[in-house]
Amino acid sequence: MWFGFPLRPEQASTIAEGIDNLYYFLTAIDLFFTAVIFLTIFYFMVRYRRRSQQDTPEQIEGSLPLEILWSVVPLVLVVVTFVWSTSLFIRNARPPEAATEIFVVGKQWMWQLQHPEGVREINELHVPVGRPIKLTMTSEDVIHDFFIPAFRVKKDVVPGKYTSLWFQATKTGQYHLFCAQYCGVSHALMRGEVIVMEPQDYERWLSGSKKTNSMAASGAQLYDQYACITCHGAGKGPAFNDLYMSKVRLQDGSTVTADETYLRESILFPSAKIVEGYPAIMPTYKGQLTEEQILQLIAYIKSLGTTERKAAQE
Amino acid sequence: MSETAVETSPGVHYLNVKYGVKSWLLTTDHKRIALLYLVSITFFFMVGGISAVLMRLHLIEPRGALLEPATYNKMFSMHGIIMVFFFLIPSIPAVMGNFLVPIMIGARDVAFPRLNLLSWYIYILGGLFTLYAILAGGVDTGWTFYTPLSTTYANGQVMAAALGVFITGFSSILTGLNFIVTIHKMRVPGLTWFRLPLFLWAIYATSIIQVLGTPVVAIAIILVGLERLFHVGVFDPALGGDPILFQHLFWFYSHPAVYIMILPSMGVMSELVTCFSKKRIFGYSFVAYSSVAIAVISFLVWGHHMYVSGQSVYASLVFSALSFAVAIPSAIKVFNWTATLYRGSVSYQAPMLYAMGFIGLFTMGGLTGLFLASLATDIHLHDTYFVIAHFHYIMVGGALMGYLGGLHFWWPKMTGRLYPDGWARFAALVIFIGFNLTFMPQFVLGYLGMPRRYAVYPEEFQVLNVMSSAGASILGVGYLIPLVYFIWSMRYGPAAEANPWGAKGLEWQTSSPPPTENFEQAPTVTEEAYAYGAMEARVV
Repeated sequence: MWFGFPLRPEQASTIAEGIDNLYYFLTAIDLFFTAVIFLTIFYFMVRYRRRSQQDTPEQIEGSLPLEILWSVVPLVLVVVTFVWSTSLFIRNARPPEAATEIFVVGKQWMWQLQHPEGVREINELHVPVGRPIKLTMTSEDVIHDFFIPAFRVKKDVVPGKYTSLWFQATKTGQYHLFCAQYCGVSHALMRGEVIVMEPQDYERWLSGSKKTNSMAASGAQLYDQYACITCHGAGKGPAFNDLYMSKVRLQDGSTVTADETYLRESILFPSAKIVEGYPAIMPTYKGQLTEEQILQLIAYIKSLGTTERKAAQE
Repeated sequence: MSETAVETSPGVHYLNVKYGVKSWLLTTDHKRIALLYLVSITFFFMVGGISAVLMRLHLIEPRGALLEPATYNKMFSMHGIIMVFFFLIPSIPAVMGNFLVPIMIGARDVAFPRLNLLSWYIYILGGLFTLYAILAGGVDTGWTFYTPLSTTYANGQVMAAALGVFITGFSSILTGLNFIVTIHKMRVPGLTWFRLPLFLWAIYATSIIQVLGTPVVAIAIILVGLERLFHVGVFDPALGGDPILFQHLFWFYSHPAVYIMILPSMGVMSELVTCFSKKRIFGYSFVAYSSVAIAVISFLVWGHHMYVSGQSVYASLVFSALSFAVAIPSAIKVFNWTATLYRGSVSYQAPMLYAMGFIGLFTMGGLTGLFLASLATDIHLHDTYFVIAHFHYIMVGGALMGYLGGLHFWWPKMTGRLYPDGWARFAALVIFIGFNLTFMPQFVLGYLGMPRRYAVYPEEFQVLNVMSSAGASILGVGYLIPLVYFIWSMRYGPAAEANPWGAKGLEWQTSSPPPTENFEQAPTVTEEAYAYGAMEARVV
């Protein structure tokens, strides 16, 4: 704050301070070089102003030492910045293992969010303070972008695939949620609030909210409703136990990791990747399932265990 | 400017050699074609400018003071499409490049004069498509045409606008091709590559980008058309496409396009700084090669527009490193221009004020680019007003200041008339101040988190938005002043002598305005460009 005037957005996540420090460093470099250039120009313009039309200044070819100096100094500075920035970025890129996963579906022009317990929200996201939260996001139509300035996080929400971001709030309060990728007529209205609460308040809020089934339970219902069991429970199709994040061998001999994107593709475009040893008989569910339902099915598959992944990590 | 008496203008020159509309519309004289471009891009600049004025007025209030959100979206789309494709990209190459490339190398015309005229017609045809798109209901995809918004979801005249951009791209390709051939094949005896004015190095580097890059955006637009009209699934995942693919194709051209806009301005800078300090350029070969380096690296940095798109972390890392690399040749240029002033004889005529404004604003624009090349900070700043402010510092503070500086510098040569220097200096100052007042607050707005392309915004951003709009009104007045005195000068301006600035380039050795064949007899060149001061140059 500067005379009651905000000069930086609220720092409300674990990564905000680190990013701001880099920002200040870059600002200092900017101000320094801007001052150097402005003052030098100003000084030269006054000191060497034309005194007579007949001035014939001594000609200077250039100077190799100076050229080297003003190539190397910026080089050193950008290398320092690159290393600093990239290490921050890599550290911030991977969500902690224990992060709570919340699902986000963007559509023109609203945000649908669903907590693992099944609670749904529109344009509001309640989260507990001090706990890592991972968002798995997709879009039903165009590209959107999930942006929380106070947390310094932003990620495009792209139709046809899953993107994710994570944060850990450090301060309770209400923060802006913006769609940052232009998405059509009401883009500027695709806004919401992130409400950070004390953990006990959050629990109270969760239990007070209109209860629906958990994500996984809804997925299980869909599993029954669409009779997935007739194949996937009977050996005609690959089983779902321990499937999530396992390595799947395909007919062409390659392997893929069964992550969210793979599972989604297998539901919508079953013939894209055929699992070794199974016939390509699955029909597409494109157009029959909403993005939210697909996420529920994936949550169900995830709930069936991830032992292989854990084994692989050990 | 010299106060000495006006040289008697030679009886016949390129402007009065023939009269009538036909003599202009069918001309193959590169100088007349340059003026055709000057008039057309000025028109498009005003159209793009009006949309900017409406946007800034609208944003005075958080809920929007003027326009429906849908109309606001059309305004910023129009502003972007017109300013990028119909003003900035053709500005210096098509106006000053056309006028100067042949004269600076002592040639009579460009290598392919009729192709040159065709380029202008193609440009106009593209412009007509775009104007039709605006008048027939507008387009609201932004100048970036991101898929699947542009292919499946956007209403309005997307195809007409995209076709306009597609068509005008060929004008850009042909102009670039013409310049490359001209500079290679038509230099007068004695004019070696390292005696060329740096303006030509910059135009040459720009032409290469135009020829290599523009076809890629043309391909991207064709694919958008195929998907939008015939539902061929290329980009829309609902049709089995990949929306991110479009961004790769688009930025593969559109990032180098940024250098199509700024490199020619850098070339103009080298001409202005030397002339108005009576000094040869400091470190000629470093300035020349840095243009080429920028052109080459420009093709390898497009992924920095996609850090938050879900692109692989490793790709982002490489793009970040390459983007930082652009800082080095840019810094070399700025330092060399500054050093050129050292122990010079510096005068403060209008073109020089624009040049100094350019160096300052380009420095700030370039340095704020570091925030966006850097991965960690870009995540927060991407798609906010910080980005808007950054690229306006480059595109307006840089490219446009360079264009105006060049226009003031070569105006006496192009028209044979002088403009009032006092007004011109005043306008340069107004533009510099107005520009900073407009875009400085936007850096803060972006850091605070205000996303770009927002027709309405939360109330806490209002103060800074009002500041920016106030600055924009000053900037708008700043642009009107030159328009008035340039038009005045064409009719009433005192006649200009052949070399009013005491400059060294070949273009100043012929009369103002030049005869149709440029030189009475073909010149030969025996010394390098910028041979200011007869003395031997010394190495520090």
